[in-house]
Amino acid sequence: MDYLKSHIDLNELVIDMRKITKKFGDFVANDCIDLKVYKGEVHALLGENGAGKSTLMNILYGLYTPTNGEIYIKGKKVDIKNPNVAIHHGIGMVHQHFMLIKPFTVAENIILGIEPITSFYQLNMKKAIEDVEEISKKYGLYVDPRAKIEDISVSMQQRVEILKALYRGAEILILDEPTAVLTPQEIKELIQIMRNLTKQGKSILLITHKLKEIKEAADFCTIIRRGKKIDMVEVSKIDENQLAAMMVGREVNFKVHKEEKRPGKVILQIKELTVEDNRGISTVKDLNLTVQAGEVLGIAGVDGNGQTELIEAITGLRKAKSGQILIKDYDITNKTPREVFESGISNIPEDRQKHGLVLDFTVYENMILENFRKKPFSKKFKLQKENIINFSKKLIEEFDIRPKDENNLARSLSGGNQQKVIIAREVTNDPELLIAVQPTRGLDVGAIEFVHKSLVDQRNKNKAVLLVSFELDEIMSVSDRIAVIYEGKIVGIVDAKKTTENELGLMMAGGGYK
Amino acid sequence: MKQKIINETFLFTILAIVMGLLVGAVVIFISGYNPIEAYGLMIKGIFSKPKYIARTIIRATPLILTGLSVAFAFRTGLFNIGAEGQFIIGALTAALLGYFIQLPMILHVPIVFLGSVFIASLWGAMAGYMKAKFGVHEVIATIMLNWIALYTSNYIISLEKVKMPGSESSYDIQETARMSIDWFKGIVGASTKVNFGMVIAVLASILIYYILFKTTLGYELRAVGYNKDAAEYGGIHIKRNIIVSMSIAGALAGAAGAVHVMGVSYRASTLAAMEGYGFNGIAVSLIGNNSPFGVVLSSFLFGGITYGGANMQLLGIPTEVINIVIGSIVFFVAAYRIFQWITIFFNHEKPQKEDR
Repeated sequence: MDYLKSHIDLNELVIDMRKITKKFGDFVANDCIDLKVYKGEVHALLGENGAGKSTLMNILYGLYTPTNGEIYIKGKKVDIKNPNVAIHHGIGMVHQHFMLIKPFTVAENIILGIEPITSFYQLNMKKAIEDVEEISKKYGLYVDPRAKIEDISVSMQQRVEILKALYRGAEILILDEPTAVLTPQEIKELIQIMRNLTKQGKSILLITHKLKEIKEAADFCTIIRRGKKIDMVEVSKIDENQLAAMMVGREVNFKVHKEEKRPGKVILQIKELTVEDNRGISTVKDLNLTVQAGEVLGIAGVDGNGQTELIEAITGLRKAKSGQILIKDYDITNKTPREVFESGISNIPEDRQKHGLVLDFTVYENMILENFRKKPFSKKFKLQKENIINFSKKLIEEFDIRPKDENNLARSLSGGNQQKVIIAREVTNDPELLIAVQPTRGLDVGAIEFVHKSLVDQRNKNKAVLLVSFELDEIMSVSDRIAVIYEGKIVGIVDAKKTTENELGLMMAGGGYK
Repeated sequence: MKQKIINETFLFTILAIVMGLLVGAVVIFISGYNPIEAYGLMIKGIFSKPKYIARTIIRATPLILTGLSVAFAFRTGLFNIGAEGQFIIGALTAALLGYFIQLPMILHVPIVFLGSVFIASLWGAMAGYMKAKFGVHEVIATIMLNWIALYTSNYIISLEKVKMPGSESSYDIQETARMSIDWFKGIVGASTKVNFGMVIAVLASILIYYILFKTTLGYELRAVGYNKDAAEYGGIHIKRNIIVSMSIAGALAGAAGAVHVMGVSYRASTLAAMEGYGFNGIAVSLIGNNSPFGVVLSSFLFGGITYGGANMQLLGIPTEVINIVIGSIVFFVAAYRIFQWITIFFNHEKPQKEDR
């Protein structure tokens, strides 16, 4: 059985969900889905956003009650009424949006709810920290138990989430889009962690739409589409294109089509820029960079090397300590976000729910977030609802935002469609420079294809595009030039067509050369 | 979809009110009285005579305005505990302008009213400024400002030129500064101080609705309230919005104080403790789901129960019990809102319905 990657035991079925159906009103989110997971297996659950993966996992985790169907855990029929029951049965879940208390330390978050106490009923922090250190060592998940959540990176936060589940004695781990926020190296580490876990008899349910990772990490894969189970396949016997076709229901084009183009004049020019982060440490140091019209400049780098501060400085959200930022010779250093926007820069922010959208606004209200003061959306102080609605309808049609109803709250849209709302809004500004930070984070193949096409379209229209991404594949396929950022400096700029993943990886790790 | 949510909210609010009344009934029963009789008296106390209806309306008027004040701030992401202090400042200013200035009525009434609203809006803006400039949480700032308002008012009223001898109040405001509706008094009696306050309150609720949902200002304020990060990203000036929002909230609560002085009391009095118009505004806003029209309805409920409820004393039921009834209603409405927030929280995990 050497074709299987994990330490799978085909004789023991740990999860057996039978004919699970879940309806929300008339809407059938899960339609008679079967899911089988063996002990020691990494089982991928593949499907587009909105296909019903999350619903199925929420049922398994006790957040929803199924309308129909049965769940067996280790051969025993169970009724998972709430997450506590799920935890009791050894199920742990790491959500895509982390459920951590930010001002608390790592250890405090991990022990939350089952705190070790001293014989005098005091919180035993010493033991807590020891416990955390012990399990973190056991599974190779290094964390600093004393660090505060708000001070550590997203990938560290994810480890905390995994440790939290393990600390509660999880045998079956549900990982919801775990690699969406990780660098290539971190993804490799995570896959290694998953191996370690399966070696110790844990089973992992990996929710994802990244085919490459399924190929690398998973043993079996269950594919669902529009609430229905399409198939369960053995991963080693199928290729990525077949997986994608099963997921989307049509052939998917992975290659970004770009027409030949010679870059034009300089649009964005950054000179000797230094920016400090919240702690007063210069995370961007004397950085120089130019972006030209008609090119996509990709910034590659590991998370936390100054990308966030750089973009915040350009967009006016953070003051630059020294240096200059010019757009077409116009100085926008330390201008307000509004002035930066007016100067011709649009931005697809990294955290679409925090910065990109007002989730409790409707889609049409979100469409005018930057332009609501302008005609035709308002006249003097009065909003012109009819014009706003018509404009939104047009964009919803043009960018294929689903469902096609501008009255929906942004909150109710899937991640991919939320991103489409932002892209529709930003691209329609027809900016000189479009900045996109991690624009495909957490999106499925179909949506990624769309996002990449939108970026390249801007480039083809002879506009400048600045793309920041932690995903090398994305950087390499979309960019014309790639600038590698390391410790707040650009350590190298290479031609995307000529470079290799190895060369970039080396520079990203600090082994740069000019 | 949107319509459905509104109806559901309305339904659950009614349910919460009924639950509150039931708990109140139990309390009345335990205290040794007949709840049906007691509630009967309450309803009679509201509806049996035109005079009572008028008085219920008068009772509800300042609550609409303070309720709007809290609701407006809340919609923009701020918790205005300071309606009480803003009310006091509005009332004080009205009493002073109404007494010291001599003008024909057609000028005097608007000057007193707008002057009071203006000063109270500055009072509210102070809390907004402190939040925007120094990051002082508005709850702390407004609580402090409430006490400052109370003692400032008490001090000014105690001044020789202001205080009416032999009383604990200021001199009565000039006839020309009063906004009573005299011809109506023929119907409900001279002691029922029918005034234009209700008209102002209803107009204010329409205006607030308009500002919040139809103007660019309201759009900005709500965007900041829901998600200030995205608002800032979109180029909205957050600090300015905080100040603007608090000044509008202050203006509304100040209007309540002005209406109270110009229509009902004609004077400002030294207070040993706060009267609670502003604090009740918080409850009114909560019951009214922070919506401008919901606030009007819940003010009537509040006014009705406090005014009509006083009638229960005829049975010997102490006023404390009446307050327990009100407290229960607020409790159940709040509990329902919490339930609603939890649903919203879990909606986050709900399946996306794009594939429909």
